[in-house]
Amino acid sequence: MRATRQLIGLALALGLAVPPATGGDLKDLYFGEALYHAYQGQYFDALQRLDTELAQYHVLDEPKLDTLHYHINDAEFSVGDFELDYRMHQRAGRAIKAVLEGAVDEAVRNEAAFRLARIHFQKGQLDDALQALARIKGTVPEEIKGDLEFLRANVDMATGQPGEAVKVLSQLRSNERLAGFVAYNLSIALLQDGRTQEAIEQLNKAGQLPADDPAALAIRDKSNLVLGTMLFESGNFERAKQALDRVHLKGPFSNQALLRAGWAQASAKQYDRALVPWNILVDREPTDAAVQEAILAVPHAYASLNLHGRAAIGYGRALELFSNQVDRVDASIRSIREGQFLNALIREESREDETWVIRLRNLPDAPETYYLMELMASHDFQTALHNYLDLEDLRSRLNTWKTSLDAFDDIIRLRGQNYEPLLPEVDAQFRALDSRIRLRLEQRKHLAERLQAMLTAPRPDYLATAEEQIAGERIALVEKRLGNSNDPESLALRQRATRLRGALTWRLETEYNDRLTAAYVHLDELKAPLDALDRRNDAFVRTRQAATHSYVGYDVQIARLRERVGDGLQRVDMLIARQGHMIETVAINQLEARRERLIAQQTEARFGVADSYDRAARAQSDAGGR
Amino acid sequence: MRGLDEQIQEIKSDSLRMSAELSQLEEKLLYPSGTQVAIFVEIAKGDMMRLDAVRLQIDGQLVAHYIYSAKELQALRKGGVQRIYVGNVATGDHKLAVLVDGKLEGGADFSRTGEFTFRKEVKPKLVGLTLAGPRSGNTPITLGDW
Repeated sequence: MRATRQLIGLALALGLAVPPATGGDLKDLYFGEALYHAYQGQYFDALQRLDTELAQYHVLDEPKLDTLHYHINDAEFSVGDFELDYRMHQRAGRAIKAVLEGAVDEAVRNEAAFRLARIHFQKGQLDDALQALARIKGTVPEEIKGDLEFLRANVDMATGQPGEAVKVLSQLRSNERLAGFVAYNLSIALLQDGRTQEAIEQLNKAGQLPADDPAALAIRDKSNLVLGTMLFESGNFERAKQALDRVHLKGPFSNQALLRAGWAQASAKQYDRALVPWNILVDREPTDAAVQEAILAVPHAYASLNLHGRAAIGYGRALELFSNQVDRVDASIRSIREGQFLNALIREESREDETWVIRLRNLPDAPETYYLMELMASHDFQTALHNYLDLEDLRSRLNTWKTSLDAFDDIIRLRGQNYEPLLPEVDAQFRALDSRIRLRLEQRKHLAERLQAMLTAPRPDYLATAEEQIAGERIALVEKRLGNSNDPESLALRQRATRLRGALTWRLETEYNDRLTAAYVHLDELKAPLDALDRRNDAFVRTRQAATHSYVGYDVQIARLRERVGDGLQRVDMLIARQGHMIETVAINQLEARRERLIAQQTEARFGVADSYDRAARAQSDAGGR
Repeated sequence: MRGLDEQIQEIKSDSLRMSAELSQLEEKLLYPSGTQVAIFVEIAKGDMMRLDAVRLQIDGQLVAHYIYSAKELQALRKGGVQRIYVGNVATGDHKLAVLVDGKLEGGADFSRTGEFTFRKEVKPKLVGLTLAGPRSGNTPITLGDW
């Protein structure tokens, strides 16, 4: 049963089906930018952008006016997803907890609880996952209903309640999107619940579901492989073969399926039929364990068919191949010890797409990567490797930041050199201009107040023209000179002066309203240029402040950041060394185990060669004797 | 192994905090709010156009010429938004010229251009460009204000 247990492993988990807002729905550009990075697997950049946006949003006086408000729940949820994707399990879920504890409606709270449960489940914190699931009550958003029940079943299975999982999954069978996952996990739940026969029938169904995408095909293949293995182990070779034959020949499980299909036939003593899948397998990637086993199984089948000559040739080929593979493993181990493995992994150009692991293996002159696929099959190794790559990425970022801080220092120094000699003169000119502007503004204000006062207490004299004022003053002067003399000439002159004053007063009084209106119009006309002057003044003040802000007040912050970056670099260097050492050790241990197996297979092949030659010779001499 | 993993998570957290602080510092130093303009690019929802490159000119000066990788195009199609340019302009009206290069489903090249005016005020200016393929029936380049 060991092989079956290894194959089954854990139930299939599921990525989240509900994507954040997209395209035309997007209201916040910075949230969109975070998604842009996340969709490319650049989780550091995505997190940095979204963390900043959320921090700014949470200190706003009126967050409802901010564009992030439209996406706030998605944004909080996405932070948790990105943290998980960036392997920051400790931090993941904090933002979602904040949603859960905030004043949100029932559907949002339930989605938050679901996402939190999912995070806990992925972190292996099953009690916390159960607690989060227990908080879900009432309305559940339609989009997550299926995923929620699927998660519930997974938690049930992981907490040793397969019976409960069977009930939940049975009700989910009509969900088309989850069909493959549900069918497979239901069979695993049945198996865990001790209902082996039902599990076999369920696997049989899962293995025949329609599949039109690579993921669905992979689940179907896995169902058939598990089913085939179970049937093989229970001695039902014919049905085992049927199940294994259904595994897609180009899928990720095809090598295992071909190997087991061969063994199913061989166990039924149908060696000629066993040779069909094995002969397909022997031409595949020779570093694959299933291929290596098939290379030894083929001559074994020939020997069982009494074709000892062919068996001897087959064992000879196997011997040669195992010798080569031992050399390759040795070269791999040697190369890893020389540090080449880690160097190969961090080659930028090699990680441009998802097939980078496969392409690495095919790099010429890179023995350290020959057996990489085998290593990558281990989840722990993958996590360790991704963490190593994350650390390398951090090291590169920290070095860039260090350079940036130096550049900032330069910018600040150059700006200081530029502005400091200029600013005192600029400030002096500005002060002079500013006082003139203030004076004009004051004058305008004063005029406006006087005009306002004249509405209730008319003062026609205030609206006299300069000419009229001079005329008025001259009349007053004439009147003063004439004094109170009663001689006829003076009397005539005084009368003329009185008439002139009367004419002037008449004009001022009768034209008062028109003049007051005209004064208002003129005052109003003054508004536009004075406002423009005010705006120019404000703009200058802002520019002047910006000039100072462009080089003053950064020293402490830059010094502190430089210290933190330096400290970060030291820590990253230390962690890279430790993580790298761990990866190399795991890789070497695994390769040494592989080497031992190859040596054992080599010995078996060597014995097989000798035995086949003996049997062939005996058969020949028997035939000759007869 | 767990201890090492925890330390790695801690340095990731610290680095994220440092990165945020550095970004703010960079923004203050290089793109102060009084002059900052940021231009974003997105693809219209559901549009499967094959975008090759975008060129931007502000007031006749080339400020960005970006060529997209398959991964970036995929991210845009899924609804991501790219900040293609951050720079400085004076307050007032500015002309933005956009040139989009792409390929039709059959592999033939296509180009679209757009001329827009945007107004820079005292606060940072965010300009969003929504692109659509020739066969989508949507306006090829739309400018949005944020």
